[in-house]
Amino acid sequence: MTAQSEIGSTSMPGATLQFATFRIAEMLLGLELSQVQELMRSQEMARVPLAPVAVEGLINLRGQIVTALDMRRIFGMPPLQNRDILPMNIIISAEGGTVSLLVDEICDVVDVPLAASTQLPANLSAGQRDLLKEVYQLKSGLLLVVDMSRVIASCDH
Amino acid sequence: MDFSDEVPGFVVESTENLALLDLELVQLEKNPDDDALIASVFRTIHTVKGTSGFFGFSILGSITHVAENILGQVREKERRLTPELVSLVLETVDAVRKVLTNIESSGAEGPDTYQPLRDRLESAFASVGDAADLSRTADQAQTVLAHTERRNTDESVTPQPYNRRADDVASSPSTIRVDVRMLDKLMNLVGELVLARNQIVQGAQQSVAQSASAQRLNLITSELQEGVMRTRMQPIGVVWNKLPRVVRDLASDLGKTIDLEMVGAETELDKTIIEAIKDPLTHIVRNSCDHGIERPEHRLAKGKNAAGRIILRAFHESGHVNIEMSDDGSGMDPERVKNKAIQKGLIRAEQAALLSDREALRLIFLPGFSTAETVTGISGRGVGMDVVKTNIEKISGAIDMDNRPGYGMTIKIKIPLTLAIIPGLVVTVKSDANPGCAQHGQRFVIPQGNLLELVRLEGPKGRAQMECIGDADILRRRGTLLPIVYLSELLGLATRRLVDEAINIVVLKAEDTAFGLVVDEINDTQEIVVKALGKQLKSLNWYVGATIMGDGKIALIFDVVGLAKLAKVLMPPQERPKLEAGSSATLREVQQLLLFRAGRFAGLVLDLSFVARLEEIAWSRLEYAAGEPVVRYREALLPLVWLSDLLEGASASGSRPVSLQVIVFSEDDRHIGLVVDEIVDILDDVVTHRQASTRFGLLASGVAGDRLVDFVDLDAIRKVARKRPSNQRHSEEMSSIGETQFPSDFQLEEAVLQAEDELVGSAR
Repeated sequence: MTAQSEIGSTSMPGATLQFATFRIAEMLLGLELSQVQELMRSQEMARVPLAPVAVEGLINLRGQIVTALDMRRIFGMPPLQNRDILPMNIIISAEGGTVSLLVDEICDVVDVPLAASTQLPANLSAGQRDLLKEVYQLKSGLLLVVDMSRVIASCDH
Repeated sequence: MDFSDEVPGFVVESTENLALLDLELVQLEKNPDDDALIASVFRTIHTVKGTSGFFGFSILGSITHVAENILGQVREKERRLTPELVSLVLETVDAVRKVLTNIESSGAEGPDTYQPLRDRLESAFASVGDAADLSRTADQAQTVLAHTERRNTDESVTPQPYNRRADDVASSPSTIRVDVRMLDKLMNLVGELVLARNQIVQGAQQSVAQSASAQRLNLITSELQEGVMRTRMQPIGVVWNKLPRVVRDLASDLGKTIDLEMVGAETELDKTIIEAIKDPLTHIVRNSCDHGIERPEHRLAKGKNAAGRIILRAFHESGHVNIEMSDDGSGMDPERVKNKAIQKGLIRAEQAALLSDREALRLIFLPGFSTAETVTGISGRGVGMDVVKTNIEKISGAIDMDNRPGYGMTIKIKIPLTLAIIPGLVVTVKSDANPGCAQHGQRFVIPQGNLLELVRLEGPKGRAQMECIGDADILRRRGTLLPIVYLSELLGLATRRLVDEAINIVVLKAEDTAFGLVVDEINDTQEIVVKALGKQLKSLNWYVGATIMGDGKIALIFDVVGLAKLAKVLMPPQERPKLEAGSSATLREVQQLLLFRAGRFAGLVLDLSFVARLEEIAWSRLEYAAGEPVVRYREALLPLVWLSDLLEGASASGSRPVSLQVIVFSEDDRHIGLVVDEIVDILDDVVTHRQASTRFGLLASGVAGDRLVDFVDLDAIRKVARKRPSNQRHSEEMSSIGETQFPSDFQLEEAVLQAEDELVGSAR
C-alpha cells in the first residue's frame, strides 16, 4: 500500500512532480526528489558541543564530513519517545554544503500531479508554516512540502 | 578557425608576461644601459602584442603596439629610457591588465578604448625629435590597421608567439601547466588516503604479515602526500615580483629613493598561504616606504645613503617559512608609539608607563592604531598592522619586530608550510551528560602550533600549585599566573569536577596570552587532515574544522584563539576599554582589579594588568640592603614597600608575620614588591563614580560592583622604591662570583633587549 498507487488511480492528466517522502511524528513531509542525494540508515554521530540546537552532530559520509540536522527539533517537536527507533539520514546537497536530515521514517517516492497543490492552511503554527512551501492532498493524507532553503536558514541560530 | 578554447591560456600567459614586465621595467629604470634587459622587455611586450593580434583583440594590440615601438626606439638607442617613459609604459601594462581581466570574465575587451593613453603614447613616441619620426608614426598607424585586418583573415598567424612558445618549451622541457582545481582535488584525495592509511595501520597491528604491508603503505602514503603537497608549492617570488613596482611607484610619489633587495625568492610555500600573505606583505612594504624610510635630505643629514634600502628575505626553518622585511629607515620610537596609543584611548597613561620598549612596539598591532601623523593615501587607509597580524595569525603564523630606533627595523613573519595537513594533539574530554551512554569521552584536536607545554599535576602537592581566586582557577607557572579553563565545563559537557587524581593541563598560546586547558586525557600527536565544517557551524569560531580519525570517527579541531575568546581569557580587541581622555567623571570601564587589604584600608585595588606576580615570601628571607628591606628574587634584589606604612605614614612593618603577601610589579627593567596584609579577590567590574583621591599613595576612589574601592597610586610607590638600591649591580655581582642559573624566558628577553640597547648605544 503505497502512496504512489493511490495517486496513480486518481491521477489527472497533466504534469506531475516527484517527491521523496518521510515522516517525523505524525507528519508526512516531502522533498523534491531532485534535491535528495541519497538515503542512509542511522549513522554514528559526533556531537558538536555548543552547536545550534538544530544540529545533532557530524557524520562521516565516506570521508566527507556532513552536518546532521534534527528535523524534529527544527519543526519544534519533542524528541522520539521510543529510543529503539534510530533516525534515518536523508542526504541533501544544499547551498552551502551537504547536510543530512534526521527523520523518523523514510517513506516512498511519490508522483504528485501539480494540480493537487493547495495553499497552506492558515491555522498552522507560524514556526512550521515558515518551513513549508505547499501542501498536496493525497488520498492517504496530506503531503507537506518542505522548503529546504528555509530549513537550512533556520539552523543558523 | 576558432581559437576560443585558447583564450584562457592566452590570458594566463599574458598575465605572467605582464608580471615579468613590471619587474624588468623597474630593473631597467635603474640600469638603463642593460642591453640584454632592454631586449628582454622588448621581447615580452612584443609577445603580448603578437598574441593579442592573433586572437583579434584590437585594443590590446594597438596599445601594446605603440608601447613596443617606443621600446624599439630605446633598443635602437634612438632615445634613453627616462622615468617618465617608464611610468608611461607601466601605465600601459596596467591598462593591458585591465583589458585582460575583462577578457577573462566576459570574453571581450570591454568598452574602454584607452584613447587618452594611446594619444599620450603616440605623442611620446613622436617626441623623439626629428621629422623622420613622423613618418614612423604614419607607418605605425598602418601597422595597427594591418592588425585589425589580420583579425579578419583567420589564417594570418603572427609567427612570433609560436617562436616564443618554442623557446619556452626548449628552455624548460619538463614543466606542464596543470589546473589548480586538479591539484586541489589531488590534495583532497591524498588527504583521504592518509585517513585510510591511518585506519589500516591501526587495524593491522595484530597480524605480522599485514603489518609489513601496512608499514609499506604507510611509507608510500607519506611520500605521496609530500609529493602532492610539493606540487601545490609556489616560490614566494610570485608574490614578491609585484613589490618592486609597488616600491618604485610609492618612492616616486613620496619623493624618496628606495632600493628593494630580495633574497630567497625561490623559497616555496603552499599556494593558499602564498595568497594569504600577499596583502599583509604588501602592506608591510608600503608601510616601510611611507613611514620607515626617510626623505633623502633627512637621510643625508643622518649620515645615511640618500637611497633607502628594503631587504626582503625568505628561508625555510624547521617546517616553517620565515619571511623578513628589514629597512634602514628611522625605526620606531617607543615613546611616540605609546603617546599615540594613549591619545587614541587604546591604553591608559599609567599602563603605558609600565610597558617596556618591546611591549610598547606591540601596541601598533592594536586595532585603530596608525603612527602616521597625517593620513596618507599610501598606508594610512584604515587598514593597519592589526589586520596584518590577524591575517597572518589566520594562517597560524606569527609576526614579530626587531626595532633599531634611528637605524631601521625588521619585521619577521613565521608561517607554516601548509594548512591542509597539520600536526595536532589529540585530547579526550569526558562527558557526564548521559552517564548511561557508552560514549566514554569525546576526542578533540588542538593544533600543535598553539601548544606551549603539557602540565600534569598529581596529588595534593600538585594541586597546591593551583590558586583559586573567586570563581577563577589560576596556575602558578614559573612566576606567571596562568588562567585555567576546564574544557568539559567550557563546552557544557560536564560541570566542573574537582577530582583528587592527576589534572592534565594543556598550556596554549592564543595571540599574546597563555592559558591552561584542563582535559581528561592527553592521547597523542598526529598528522591530521583539516576538513571544513558546514555552514550551520561556521559561527562557532572555536572550531577550525574537523578531521576523521584512524577509527573512522570524527574529531573536532579547535581554533585556539576562538577557544580563548569563548573562555573569556582573551578580550576581543574591539571590546578593549576605551578611555575618554581627561574626563574622569565619565569613566566607565570594565577592569580586572586585584582586591587586597593593607592596614585599615580594606578595599584597595590595582588594575590586574599592572601586576606581574603574586608572591608569598617567608619573613626569614627578608634582608636589608643599605638599610632598606629587600629580598633576593630571581637573581636580583626586590625592594619591598609596605603599603600600610605608605598610606598611614606609620611604621607597621614592625609586626612580624611568618610570611609576607607581596604583589610584584615591574618598572622598566626591575621589580618592586608591594607588601600587603591579605590578597582578597579579583574583581571583574565596571568602575563607576570615580573620584580623585587626595591621600598620598592613593590615586582615586570608585565603585566596583557594589563595593567601594581605593586605587593604589603606583607612581607614589615607585618614587619610594626608587630610593632603594638598584638590582642591576647586584645581578652583576652574582654572575661574577659564578652563581649562574638558567634564565627564564622573561629574563632572557630582558637580556636581549638590554644587549640591543647597548648595541644601539655603541653605534651612536
